[in-house]
Amino acid sequence: MTLEVPDAFSPGKTPKFQELAKVSLADTQLRRNIGKAARGIREKRAVAVEELPDWQELREAGRAIKERTLRHLDHYLLQLEESVRKAGGQVHWARDAEEANRIIAGIARDHDADEVVKVKSIATDEIKLNEHLESEGIKAHETDLAELIIQLAGEESSHILVPAIHKNRAEIREIFLRGLDVEDLSDDPKDLAEAARLYLRKKFLSAKVGVSGANFGVAETGTVCVVESEGNGRMCTTLPPVLVTLMGIEKLIPTWRDFEVYMQLLPRSSTAERMNPYTSFWTGVSEGDGPQEFHLVLLDNGRTNVLADERGRQALNCIRCSACLNACPVYERTGGHAYNSVYPGPIGAILTPQLVGIGKPGPDSLPYASSLCGACYDVCPVKINIPEVLIHLRGRVVRNQQSGDGLAGTLNPENVAMQIMAKTFADPALYERSQKLARIGQWPLARSGTIHRLPGELSGWTRTRDLKPVPEKSFREWWRERKNGEG
Amino acid sequence: MGTARETILARIRRATRDVPAAEKPEDVPVERGYLTEGADAREAVVDRFAEYVAEYKATVHRVDEKDLPRVIAEALERRGVEKLVIPAGLPGEWVPEGVETLRDGEDGSQLTNGDLDGSDGVLTGCSLGIAQTGTIVLDAGAGQGRRALTLVPDYHLCVVKEDQIVDLLPEAIAQLKGAVKDAGRAVTFISGPSATSDIELNRVEGVHGPRTLEVLISG
Ligand code: SF4
Repeated sequence: MTLEVPDAFSPGKTPKFQELAKVSLADTQLRRNIGKAARGIREKRAVAVEELPDWQELREAGRAIKERTLRHLDHYLLQLEESVRKAGGQVHWARDAEEANRIIAGIARDHDADEVVKVKSIATDEIKLNEHLESEGIKAHETDLAELIIQLAGEESSHILVPAIHKNRAEIREIFLRGLDVEDLSDDPKDLAEAARLYLRKKFLSAKVGVSGANFGVAETGTVCVVESEGNGRMCTTLPPVLVTLMGIEKLIPTWRDFEVYMQLLPRSSTAERMNPYTSFWTGVSEGDGPQEFHLVLLDNGRTNVLADERGRQALNCIRCSACLNACPVYERTGGHAYNSVYPGPIGAILTPQLVGIGKPGPDSLPYASSLCGACYDVCPVKINIPEVLIHLRGRVVRNQQSGDGLAGTLNPENVAMQIMAKTFADPALYERSQKLARIGQWPLARSGTIHRLPGELSGWTRTRDLKPVPEKSFREWWRERKNGEG
Repeated sequence: MGTARETILARIRRATRDVPAAEKPEDVPVERGYLTEGADAREAVVDRFAEYVAEYKATVHRVDEKDLPRVIAEALERRGVEKLVIPAGLPGEWVPEGVETLRDGEDGSQLTNGDLDGSDGVLTGCSLGIAQTGTIVLDAGAGQGRRALTLVPDYHLCVVKEDQIVDLLPEAIAQLKGAVKDAGRAVTFISGPSATSDIELNRVEGVHGPRTLEVLISG
């Protein structure tokens, strides 16, 4: 399914979540694929996490290290720059997508490269690098199996980690027959993978320039890390003589030692494995080993907007594991396209509007794309309190709309209610208590499944909008019981 | 407007105005309450490593050190390897007679990517094994070679000595610090052969890296 709409990072008006969700909900194949995938990963993840007795301590360390980094980001970025230079790499700074694209295309042109090989990276999708390179006559070859499928199909990905989640094998066979120049092909996943391997190997062995994103960059040593499954990340970062890595400034960690935390948190949270098949760590240029020219491009593109919001800042902790997507009942039903951003799901709902700035109808609708069940917070390996930030951003959206009307945003009833809700969400126990209270308190007020008025502090919230009643059993309660029942 | 670097740094400083000027990075508490060392006996650690590596669909053999040359020769023969890539610094007695060896990194010469692509496999040692995750760590040291050697060939035969196996990941990270910080060497974690799960979430072996990983644990 292709949605011909500009995404949240495009200029101009973009559609709202609710509009796009309607399209996705009508696509049963999409829903079936995403449902199957999300359930499968969710169950496996719980097993992988239970194997570590110190999971909660690791989460807390993962959160705290990111907090330290973000509070002193200038210090650590300068340290990173110095470390990379000392190790023989070059560092570039890009204020926005356009500047990053220009830098990367310039490096390719300096080497007369009319094609580059790429390993999947959300940051390069965010800046629309492929399109930009294309416009300069440089072809970017995606080399993940899923990204190759997406690229050949001419679509955007629907899931951070498993981007082709919405395609079944018969569809993939069709796409390969058209795009890979093969005569005959079965729809056995093994054969499909083989066809991709042969096609891409030629590209790896001849490419002059490789392009990657980064999962982590280490201030202390200048080491950059790419975590992956297929081996195309190793190919892209090892075989071409020149390597360009685009890294969001929030991907920084202070020390080499910090990998002892994140390399435990990330694989188990993302693919539910003890460890992903391949992880590459490189430090500038190593003589005689791998690319002899290395460029690190540091990207802002709205990240400093996120940093400026004391409560929303924690969205930058994200290590892109996608556990929150798989845990999210809204995502499970709508799929990634409805979020209309390279960052879908719960994390996208708090990251996208902050990155592009409050005040755009499409992204402004994202903080409402949630039932606030809290499952995303429970699974997040770096303890991002997504429900808290969602509520906080709803407040900002409302405040912003009202300031346009000349009203003082802080006096608005919804806003006051939002601030109370935000406090409640900051404390999970308080949140559950309030949900139980709401459930007991609401039934005389609910008519035809919709609450029109709530007593007490929250009543301002329903004056402007109908509120769905709190379900009999909250998702959180259900989830916990289910987990207990299984364990 | 200054350079991008100045602008971004200025934006960051503005965005973090809530952070007290006197606060140092170390003032932000980081509680490392997790385990940094395993408590299990050696035997159990080695067993777990063998078990977890095998779970990734790699072939694992336990070998007595003195039998290594014979077991290596047998593995290569089973696989039908004729052209074998050999990194510099690999113990001479590991290299069997009768196979054509493609040596890399001796007296400064390097094999081409084409040579590697045309080979039947590569034989290496390793830097470390991690039992907790079934991971083999390469750090481009002696007997391991540069990264391309263990990436392009379709078959990787890797020798892990029992005393190279650590229990928990933090132990491995601590041991690798010197190779990274002082020597600036590249480090690769390998946990099973290359895999993808992108087609209807079925794990398919080998999209890009070596499709067969065989591990000899020697002690
Ligand atoms: S917000 Fe947390 S759970 Fe979601 S992708 Fe980021 S790190 Fe993972």
